[in-house]
Amino acid sequence: MSGTEEIPEVTDVSGTGVPIRGNDIDTDQIIPARFMKVVTFDGLGEFAFFDLRFDEDDEPKDHPLNEDRYQDASIMVVNNNFGCGSSREHAPQALMRWGIDALIGESFAEIFAGNCLALGIPTVTAEPEDVRDLQNWIKEYPDEEIDVDVAEETVHFDDRTINVTVNEGQRKALVEGIWDTTALMKSNRRAIADTAADLPYAGGD
Amino acid sequence: MSEGTLYDNVWDRHKVTTLPNGQDQLFVGLHLIHEVTSPQAFGMLRERDIEVARPDLTLATVDHIVPTADQSRPYGDDAAEEMMSELEENVREAGIEFLDPTSGDQGIVHVVGPEQGLTQPGKTIVCGDSHTSTHGAFGALAFGIGTSQIRDVLATQTIAMDKQQVRKIEVTGELGEGVEAKDVILEIIRRLGTDGGVGYVYEYAGEAIESLGMEGRMSICNMSIEGGARAGYVNPDETTYEWLAETDYFQENPEEFDRLKPYWESIRSDADAEYDDVVTIDGSSLEPVVTWGTTPGQGVGITDPIPEPEALPEEKQDTARRAQEHMRVSPGDTMDGYEIDVAFLGSCTNARLPDLRRAAQIVEGREVHDDVRAMVVPGSQRVQHAAEAEGLKDVFEAAGFDWRNAGCSMCLGMNEDQLEGDEACASSSNRNFIGRQGSKDGRTILMNPQMVAAAAIEGEVTDVRELPEVVTV
Repeated sequence: MSGTEEIPEVTDVSGTGVPIRGNDIDTDQIIPARFMKVVTFDGLGEFAFFDLRFDEDDEPKDHPLNEDRYQDASIMVVNNNFGCGSSREHAPQALMRWGIDALIGESFAEIFAGNCLALGIPTVTAEPEDVRDLQNWIKEYPDEEIDVDVAEETVHFDDRTINVTVNEGQRKALVEGIWDTTALMKSNRRAIADTAADLPYAGGD
Repeated sequence: MSEGTLYDNVWDRHKVTTLPNGQDQLFVGLHLIHEVTSPQAFGMLRERDIEVARPDLTLATVDHIVPTADQSRPYGDDAAEEMMSELEENVREAGIEFLDPTSGDQGIVHVVGPEQGLTQPGKTIVCGDSHTSTHGAFGALAFGIGTSQIRDVLATQTIAMDKQQVRKIEVTGELGEGVEAKDVILEIIRRLGTDGGVGYVYEYAGEAIESLGMEGRMSICNMSIEGGARAGYVNPDETTYEWLAETDYFQENPEEFDRLKPYWESIRSDADAEYDDVVTIDGSSLEPVVTWGTTPGQGVGITDPIPEPEALPEEKQDTARRAQEHMRVSPGDTMDGYEIDVAFLGSCTNARLPDLRRAAQIVEGREVHDDVRAMVVPGSQRVQHAAEAEGLKDVFEAAGFDWRNAGCSMCLGMNEDQLEGDEACASSSNRNFIGRQGSKDGRTILMNPQMVAAAAIEGEVTDVRELPEVVTV
């Protein structure tokens, strides 16, 4: 691979949904720390929400990710302050590897949303009533498609279209396929050196 | 938008350019790395055949998985050994300085950076750890990042960021007896919410903040993220400069201190700086705060009743109900008297020398309750050795505390230090999330170090101000 690798544009994401209800769902719940004793992100998908999905004897508990009807879901619908706590990218990595391509929620913790963006996963926000309607609708129609239009900032389901908000930087990055920032930033080598040279602690005065 | 704040000033000095996606590209002055969130980033670099741009501005230590008892290699836990070996290989290959346990300088990354004199005012500091906000105590702009961003920083020494708003939190008055920085930040999070800081950077100011030492300021900035704010800072002042002057780095390079000080002064928030929001809290009205729930925002004064869920804002009610069920507490009761099984004195929030000193003062001449296992995990080897030299280890051990080696330990249970079953833990750490301390039925009560010491002695959450006098026979 190289810096010229094609980065896909993410203008819209379609798929069936899975509702994960509750406010302040932290990244320790999304991926407990003991599953982070790894040096790659491979295989994290099966540990997503592990402690909420399995009991002490690893027997499945009631949780949407354990339900047959949601096994093919790719759009997770969540409530307020989702992904708060630790900065672990293992959290969105686990969700992505479980099969999630986009999240719709009332609000997201910042580091979590930034980590999602780095993986090309939109985190779009909607009004609380709309989120709850969508969660209820998914429960009723788990096999029906939801369309997240990142470019237009809408979500379409049933015969409804709701307005959602996508942070401007995130929207532009996803829609234009510039969400992988390494190559983008590396090309500014001279400007980086100039900035450093002006900082007294980094070489300048 | 804010103008003339330290945040604006540091941002402007570090801005490389505005990227096509609308974000700003910022130069990173110090990149701290550890074993949990960096290996995948090094892997991504290798895949793309990119070298580490500025190993000289990168510093590594090991903290999350390091055993705090037997540290002989290979570690007893194969996964921990693999992570350690991977880090050793990555830093060797890239030429990055590594403060490992044989160095005498190893410790929790947010304790080590300041100790080394590398955390300085006006620097941008990043680390793949949300508690990087700690370094804001020195007037640095410091925030946690994810692994893909670590890759960006390793590759370019820059990061893509959206600019945030700035909220000034002014804590007035003098803190009372038994009340510490920890109580101030728990109160701030209780009032503003765990998501109240989303989109904001917090500037902590006011008499109660300015009168704190650097360690107290670090405790406050450390938990900014628990209030949703990715970064928090205190403007540098004489307290900051005196602390920095004592570090080895500036002891060895006094001319650097004189050369950099004008820059440090120049990035302070202007007297007429504009803020997006200002919140004032009366510090003199605070008492020791403890958590009753499973988010750091679910705190309460030690003499105050646990709230009725119905009395909270609607979006907090459901979380509160479930938290009260998990913790087995009832609204109307106080947390005073809540039985504990474990006392943990450690973490990047509260495991620095003054934290241990204050706790030791409570412990001295007393004994840990028979039903409690209590441990002290110093934040770094330097803290550990200094504490041992001044006799704190003896005080803790005489009382029945287990004295361990430095690391993150039971704050997040990634090594062998974990809660078992439904144990309740009085903890000086920063997160009481369900499962955080290694057991999904475990119960964590956050509090300041003196309160942890008092709980260890009494076997229950206790108002440290009411602890019976030590009787000398």
